[in-house]
Amino acid sequence: MHWDVVYNNLDYFLWGAFPKGPLGGLAMSIVLALLGIFGAFWIGLAAGLMRLSRNGFVRWPATVYIEVVRGTPLLMLIFWFYFLAPILFGHTLPAAESALTSFIVFTGAYVAEIVRAGVLSLPRGQMEAARGSGLSHVQAMSHVILPQSLRNMIPSFVNQFVSLTKDTSLAYIIGVDELMRNATQVNNRTYNAPTEIFITVAVLYFIVCFALTSFSRRLEKHIMRYQARNR
Amino acid sequence: MNYQFNWKLVLTGEYGQWLLDGLSVTLQISAMSIVFSLLLGTIVTVLRLTRVKPLEWLSLAYTEFFRNTPLVVQIFFWYFGSDPFLPGFFKEWLYQQNIEFAAGVIALTVYTSAFIAEEIRAGILSIPKTQLEASRASGLSFLQAMGYVILPQAFRIIVPPLISQFLNLIKNSSMVMTIGVAELTYMARQIEAHTFHGFEAFTASTVIYICISLVVSFAITLYDKHFLRRVRY
Repeated sequence: MHWDVVYNNLDYFLWGAFPKGPLGGLAMSIVLALLGIFGAFWIGLAAGLMRLSRNGFVRWPATVYIEVVRGTPLLMLIFWFYFLAPILFGHTLPAAESALTSFIVFTGAYVAEIVRAGVLSLPRGQMEAARGSGLSHVQAMSHVILPQSLRNMIPSFVNQFVSLTKDTSLAYIIGVDELMRNATQVNNRTYNAPTEIFITVAVLYFIVCFALTSFSRRLEKHIMRYQARNR
Repeated sequence: MNYQFNWKLVLTGEYGQWLLDGLSVTLQISAMSIVFSLLLGTIVTVLRLTRVKPLEWLSLAYTEFFRNTPLVVQIFFWYFGSDPFLPGFFKEWLYQQNIEFAAGVIALTVYTSAFIAEEIRAGILSIPKTQLEASRASGLSFLQAMGYVILPQAFRIIVPPLISQFLNLIKNSSMVMTIGVAELTYMARQIEAHTFHGFEAFTASTVIYICISLVVSFAITLYDKHFLRRVRY
């Protein structure tokens, strides 16, 4: 076994060439996932609420967006945006921006479903009482329904973040400098330790994702205790 | 925008045939992985429920590890790095086959089986405990009780979530292009490389994926409507 290959490149796996060069490695994966979930939250919130609307012109675009994206592999979206950019702008976008766009669009559809489920899971009485006290629909949404349901959605958001962290590994295919690409680079350069390299990479991803998954399970138990329910 | 769309080039003739070939490989690799992951997932779940501590831990570690690592890493591991772990005779046989395809099937199977195991476990836990107790009391062994009483009921409940896992598998199968299996995404990429009409090629294959997923969602809805409603506990 050649664990020295892993040992010598561990800092490269963790943060790429960072102090001297661009950020890469696991740190870049996490940055991509954080930016991705941040963007996806706003798109998902909008699409999820639009899908709940009674107005067909508002509901249909959101439904089509959600269903189309959820039926498409992320890899497809990544390629699609990568080849769409030259048509729209006349030149290719940098790989990282292009990948980030596809992460936001992809995860936004899943977040939209989380938002929809979260809003629907609140008892109807909450909305009725808020409207009954004289709030408008928008006010009732933003002051009564969303503050409660968004809190309940936090565990699902964390799970989605875990998925996205795993999915950032796909960005390597268009050449974004993150953990998976660094691993393939090292593998192609050394070629005597593929087993060790890919086990290390799997373990690195596992540490991040498992910590977050355990955190979200705890959070879920904690939040369940304080949730408004139908009686 | 001075891009000349050329849908005819991508959708007909040689390149259209490539897309169809890719679709056929996608369906093949998905079908094989679905069968194997269902088997493996069931085994992992049953291990989890045996009440033998080491087996439980093994099953728990299996599901947690493979659910929390990216599929691409797993694919690369099975393709490049699994060599020291495979027994010699199996390796010799495997390297005479289509090794990319085999590594893809193994990775997809292992990854999906971890998710499926959780679904099956949820299904089994939803069957009242008295069912197992009653069947054990009637003289069935643990495995017999599982095989004849619990699993047939549990599977009926978890058909919809299982099918959506299979749908995920079909979408995930796009990732085996990274090791060179000539499935749909790979073919779209190939067409892009040959014609520089990547936008059309990827749009066409995206539409194919969406059609597959719509058909499957429709099947789940039908199942819910006509079958699940009659199941009562």
